[in-house]
Amino acid sequence: MAIPTNVETTFLLGRLNFDAIPKEPIVLATFVVVAIGGVALVAALTKFKLWGYLWNEWFTSVDHKKIGIMYMILGLIMFVRGFADAIMMRAQQAIAFNGSEGYLNAHHYDQIFTAHGVIMIFFVAMPFVTGLMNYVVPLQIGARDVSFPFLNNFSFWMTVGGAVIVMASLFVGEFAQTGWLAFPPLSGIAYSPWVGVDYYIWGLQIAGVGTTLSGINLMVTILKMRAPGMTMMKMPVFTWTSFCTNILIVASFPVLTMTLILLTLDRYLGTNFFTNDLGGSPMMYINLIWIWGHPEVYILILPLFGVFSEVTSTFSGKRLFGYTSMVYATVCITVLSYLVWLHHFFTMGSGASVNSFFGITTMIISIPTGAKLFNWLFTMYHGRVRFELPMMWTIAFMLTFTIGGMTGVLLAVPPADFVLHNSLFLIAHFHNVIIGGVLFGLFAAINFWWPKAFGFKLNVFWGKVSFWCWVIGFWLAFMPLYILGLMGVTRRMRVFDDPSLQIWFIIAALGAVLIAAGIGAMFVQFGISIWKRNEPEYRDVTGDPWNGRTLEWATSSPPPSYNFAFTPVVHGLDAWAEMKEAGAARPKADYIPIHMPRYTGTGVILAGLSTICGMALIWYIWWLAIVSFLGIIAYSIYHTFNYDRDYYVPAEEVSAVEKARDLQLAQGA
Amino acid sequence: MSTVTQLQNPAAYWETEPHHHPEGASTNIGFWVYLMSDCLMFAVLFATYGVLHGNLAAGPGPKDLFDLELVAVNTAMLLFSSITYGFAMLRMVKGDKAGTLKWLAITLFFGLCFLAIELYEFHHMIHVGAGPQRSAFLSAFFTLVGTHGLHVTFGSIWLITLMVQVSKFGLTSANQRRLMCLSLFWHFLDLIWIGVFTVVYLMGVI
Repeated sequence: MAIPTNVETTFLLGRLNFDAIPKEPIVLATFVVVAIGGVALVAALTKFKLWGYLWNEWFTSVDHKKIGIMYMILGLIMFVRGFADAIMMRAQQAIAFNGSEGYLNAHHYDQIFTAHGVIMIFFVAMPFVTGLMNYVVPLQIGARDVSFPFLNNFSFWMTVGGAVIVMASLFVGEFAQTGWLAFPPLSGIAYSPWVGVDYYIWGLQIAGVGTTLSGINLMVTILKMRAPGMTMMKMPVFTWTSFCTNILIVASFPVLTMTLILLTLDRYLGTNFFTNDLGGSPMMYINLIWIWGHPEVYILILPLFGVFSEVTSTFSGKRLFGYTSMVYATVCITVLSYLVWLHHFFTMGSGASVNSFFGITTMIISIPTGAKLFNWLFTMYHGRVRFELPMMWTIAFMLTFTIGGMTGVLLAVPPADFVLHNSLFLIAHFHNVIIGGVLFGLFAAINFWWPKAFGFKLNVFWGKVSFWCWVIGFWLAFMPLYILGLMGVTRRMRVFDDPSLQIWFIIAALGAVLIAAGIGAMFVQFGISIWKRNEPEYRDVTGDPWNGRTLEWATSSPPPSYNFAFTPVVHGLDAWAEMKEAGAARPKADYIPIHMPRYTGTGVILAGLSTICGMALIWYIWWLAIVSFLGIIAYSIYHTFNYDRDYYVPAEEVSAVEKARDLQLAQGA
Repeated sequence: MSTVTQLQNPAAYWETEPHHHPEGASTNIGFWVYLMSDCLMFAVLFATYGVLHGNLAAGPGPKDLFDLELVAVNTAMLLFSSITYGFAMLRMVKGDKAGTLKWLAITLFFGLCFLAIELYEFHHMIHVGAGPQRSAFLSAFFTLVGTHGLHVTFGSIWLITLMVQVSKFGLTSANQRRLMCLSLFWHFLDLIWIGVFTVVYLMGVI
């Protein structure tokens, strides 16, 4: 049933017609559930009159803290979608033996593995990481907001726009069936003639604008907005790793953008960049996309290295061991990440010398990464380690990630890679580092900074349930994939002939079920904690529930909109730990008006127009594409005529907020 | 140590005087970083052109298509526009609104001349059957040169917007900052064009 054969286009609706609605029962059932859920949500928001609140306080907000939280919520929603894809694949592979076709047809299955990869990287990991940096970095450097607050809001909504487009492909049309990087010639118009790849392209392009702009924003914020006294080598490690991450974003996402533009031109205008004929070169695409793709994996992991550093030193009650070496290791990884891209396709045939060069550079990256691990271990050594949830996730990370790192070094050996290329061993490897590194790090971060963001701690019991389900589930789900990979099983298979493999896929599926339980427990953890947020064992009145070391713990939980009534002055590393040691109480009088940026709806409007434009281009509705594009330009120009973009929080208001905090602190003490 | 005693004073840890980031202090560096990201997009296009420029697919090549005299005129237009933008900035620093507007208008004129000549060249090539679909070389050529042209187009729209804003609201600090950003953008496009002129046209013909 896959692609409608009558690709007639009409003026009004392009190639969109009733055949575009998928009729597979699984998709239809999902659609019904989502539709009911959506209608219920809209009805509830309307009934409780929350639209105005959401619009005024959240959607139009330029407050980096609110934008950070919105990024995290986006990541969480998309995570559920991405995980649904994962467990569907696990179920399919566990049963598609002995002549069984499983329950997914090829057209649907191929979309699922593509969507899983795209969603997990671009719409789960990226929003989580960006959200985290958005929330924490300005607080850690003692700033009131980012350098370009409006741009921050716009970036967020562009990311949402991309996510909306990818989600829409589930119910209208199809998604790409090409794998998450859409290699040509398969992704060219000759082999993927319908809308799948176009959904992929425009979803990523619109989100990519947001990612690049937020990278520029945070990079400049760290360069220009640090509190007085905070030199580069006095920045908290999380800020350092965020800084390097944002450099990587700015220096790699434009490559992705341009590569996808070239693919777009091939598909829409019939150019010959990546085609098989008229001089095109598909391998050019694969080189270009991995020049972005390899830095991307460090974009994902570096901020979490920062999280582990903050968590380890906080819960060991010590300064981080080897701060300087940690910074240099981060910078080394940043530079080296550009010199390894070819290890993703040693089998291309570029010859022994080229492959050796990239094999060696890849192995070299493990040196600074190893240095980091030893720094964390030495930080714990002789410390009074408190095994709170963030610390538990950190230890699980150290054990899990190290294995993933070692299989990575194994894959970096070109002859070994010729055997393991595109096998399940590779799948096991990168899930080992992304789940064991990025996701475990995010869970550590969520447990660590949740009290800061909301003013109450998370439930420990359900956190531990989630932790053990996740960690055991992960090992159960992915170790069989290493074994299968060594036996030569390739990735993205829908059915299998050899019945002896089935047991491993069944074990992997059980692991996925355990992970599902872990995700469930995490939602229970959130629910219970929100429910009991006013109880004393949850409530954080001090603003510093973990005896933290960096400046975000120097203000209240949640922080006021302006973060700090008075800008902190920094003298050394771990500024807040030093202040506590010196007994430096914060000033309690003579408040001054605070200069803040105004909220604006421009970001929502521009991103909305971009999303419409993207949908119009996917479906060849040219008139709508032109109208919405002109709309974007016109509205941007209109926005520049508004010069009134900031205001002052009056001193009396600051005083009232700070007095309330004094009262709270007194009660807590 | 005397610094320790000094640090025990709480005031040493909080800035109690009004703290001002001068308005738009980050704009210049932010815009500069944006330009570098844009520069990377061009880097991809140059690399693509470098790889694909010999893939003619039995179609016309650079020597058959490029008219260096026309390109020389075109290059001159863009270089003139950069100089005149510089004059506009000098008038801006002097606070001369009318002079700024005059030089901006001249810049716009040269920019539009550049675009017109480029469009003529494209039209001519497509007319003789050397359109972007003909070969990988032509795909890479049209995309690299066309992307630069699109940038000049958006720069011109931005220039017109700023001329309206300057004439309406004067040379306010916000407008001066915007003119500064466009100045960076305009000169940046000039620089890219030098690369295009050298790599695509000169190296293609000589």
